[in-house]
Amino acid sequence: MSLHLIPGDPLPRVLYIDLTRLRFWVQERPDIFESGMGGAGAAIHLLEEECPAGCDPLAPENPIIFAVGPLVGYYPLASKTVAMFKSPHTGNLGESHAGGRSAVALRMAGYGALVIRGRSQRPLYLEIDENNVHFRDASALWGLRSSYTAGAVLRQNSTGSGYRTILRIGRAGERMVSYACVISETYRHFGRLGLGAVFGSKQLKGLIIGGKRSLEATDKKAYRAVYDEIYRAATQTDVMKKYHQLGTPVNVEPLNAIGALPTRNVQSGRFEHADAISGEALAAGYLGRRVACAHCPVACIHLAALRLPYPNDPYFFKTAMIGYDHEPIYAVGSMLGIGDPALVLQVIDECEVQGLDVISSGVALAWASEALEKGLIGEKETGGLALRWGEAEAYLQAIRNIVLQPNDFYRALAKGTEHAASIYGGSDFAMSFGGNEMAGYHTGPGGYLGYLTGARHSHLDSAGYSLDQKTPVSSTTPEEIAAALLKEERWRQVLTSLSVCLFARGIYTPDVVTRALQAAGFGWGCADLEQMGSETLQRKNAFKQRQGFDFSNLRLPRRIFETPAPAGEFDEAFMRRAIASFAEHVNPQR
Amino acid sequence: MPKRLSVIDVERCVGCQSCMFACTRRLGKGGLEGACLHVRSAGGIRKGFVVVVCRACPDPPCARVCPTDALEVRSGSGVRLRAERCIGCGNCVKACPFGAMFWDDENNKPLVCVYCGYCADYCPYEVLAHEEIAASVEATP
Repeated sequence: MSLHLIPGDPLPRVLYIDLTRLRFWVQERPDIFESGMGGAGAAIHLLEEECPAGCDPLAPENPIIFAVGPLVGYYPLASKTVAMFKSPHTGNLGESHAGGRSAVALRMAGYGALVIRGRSQRPLYLEIDENNVHFRDASALWGLRSSYTAGAVLRQNSTGSGYRTILRIGRAGERMVSYACVISETYRHFGRLGLGAVFGSKQLKGLIIGGKRSLEATDKKAYRAVYDEIYRAATQTDVMKKYHQLGTPVNVEPLNAIGALPTRNVQSGRFEHADAISGEALAAGYLGRRVACAHCPVACIHLAALRLPYPNDPYFFKTAMIGYDHEPIYAVGSMLGIGDPALVLQVIDECEVQGLDVISSGVALAWASEALEKGLIGEKETGGLALRWGEAEAYLQAIRNIVLQPNDFYRALAKGTEHAASIYGGSDFAMSFGGNEMAGYHTGPGGYLGYLTGARHSHLDSAGYSLDQKTPVSSTTPEEIAAALLKEERWRQVLTSLSVCLFARGIYTPDVVTRALQAAGFGWGCADLEQMGSETLQRKNAFKQRQGFDFSNLRLPRRIFETPAPAGEFDEAFMRRAIASFAEHVNPQR
Repeated sequence: MPKRLSVIDVERCVGCQSCMFACTRRLGKGGLEGACLHVRSAGGIRKGFVVVVCRACPDPPCARVCPTDALEVRSGSGVRLRAERCIGCGNCVKACPFGAMFWDDENNKPLVCVYCGYCADYCPYEVLAHEEIAASVEATP
């Protein structure tokens, strides 16, 4: 029945692991991969099968699914793994993507997808290779203060250096903070929507996956030619230049210049210290190393070398290597009013140590700061911490408190901004959308519509922030914005099903994708891709609706209309029309 | 003069492994199996990377320990595998201090660099170079 798959390719092999019974088995699922292709498209099929409607996201019934796509292992920049689960943060679709070595490692281990069910009786980690799954005791690792240590121990206790991925959670995941992340190779993350908490609920500390194999190409000559075309575009043209040189923080200054850099909980779109925390400033003062995901020549991962003295111990220093990107810089920099790059890096690093999503953490603390400023909460709630703009020391302690949860307030904050604001008030300035904290763009209605309607409430779902920068509100309508975002989100389902990095969207055009698939030997054509994109998005939205998501109930914080945005003025009625239009068109016409 | 592969500056390695994929792709295949060089982290990515290549020794220990002379010393330096002579004992793997002799599990034989330089063309950061042996001996300490 192989219509589109390559005979003998391990892509349709799904590895099932049951943590309750400590069993594993492999099933060939060409049905799923034929129609869903891989990545997001395959994962949503598996999530539909595995995740019962209404289940508690932290119960054993909630599955963890990882999937990669057909191009992984064949072509550069096909380097992302898609994770799906029911999100403990939003209560509906949990979908998060990460690079590192995860995608290549899963494909090279001989699997297209991995399904983890159940809950272990005691902490464990899994070591997965081409033939086996080893269930390893992790009780001694549980409660480790730093996720770095957990990573080092897993590295030391496993084999396959250079061929493996090491995924792990920090204490935030163990303690089920609803926006705990899963860390991959120290500097990449399944950051958003709380996969770390789902790991924690299963007592799953980490996951090591590794293998090496080759993948046959049907037309070897064409395969090499298409490879070269993609490789050259990535390394010798300007398409990837911004990611390559300054990395994503290249955006900080330009966004600030147009008034789109969310500052002090979006009280402003401009930060007076933006130049100090810009990509340029970090590169000049701190950039210590650039690294890449497996099979990506671009190397967008920027690590700062931060040398810190011990205050009471002269001649004692430590040098930390800290990953930085636009989103973390915005979330704990401009959003918290911290303009000293060394302090921004320390706050990012604390999120890394704890295993927290840095975007959600920063936005939650920004809400808390404003709530404190406005008297909705007091020092009793903050545990005596003066959460005031720019006070990095207080924020560092607050981050630990989100994990340690010493009182009701931090217990609430550990469930996210939306939840905390529902108890303490301040919904007008609680900057979460569909329950997920916003990304670093206050550009206008497109950006916010993207956060609200995107299947995973991510800026990467439909890139509305980009639309805003091209199309002023005055020259468009809510319906036009909705249509543009829907079109973009559908195509992005194709890219994320192929497991291509979205940064490479300029390279992987429909034409290149089709030729890349053909040269390797896959049978999907342009029309198949389009259909697959729409269908995947429909499935994702249908899943959300079965879990209780409703476009008509979305909360719009008033703040987004109050702070001038570069695309121009817009109001709630404008946004409601856009949401309604998106909702009407994303669902299947019956 | 014969050529070999040289690691010019490992500090510039970003760990993308494009070189390893290139080595497998020489045979028209995707993936990593059969790659005759290796890139791994130097104990966590924060410490950078280790790049393992065959440096084409003039008096290669791998060839010396081969009981069946399956590894011939190339004129100049480096080795060439005469697969029909190999009995799969694995002595060569143990003899290389760099770990540059890889293993083909399927055929139970070593995998060794053929000094073609295809991988170096895919190193985006000039970590690897394909150079004449005399020149590279001069250039690298």
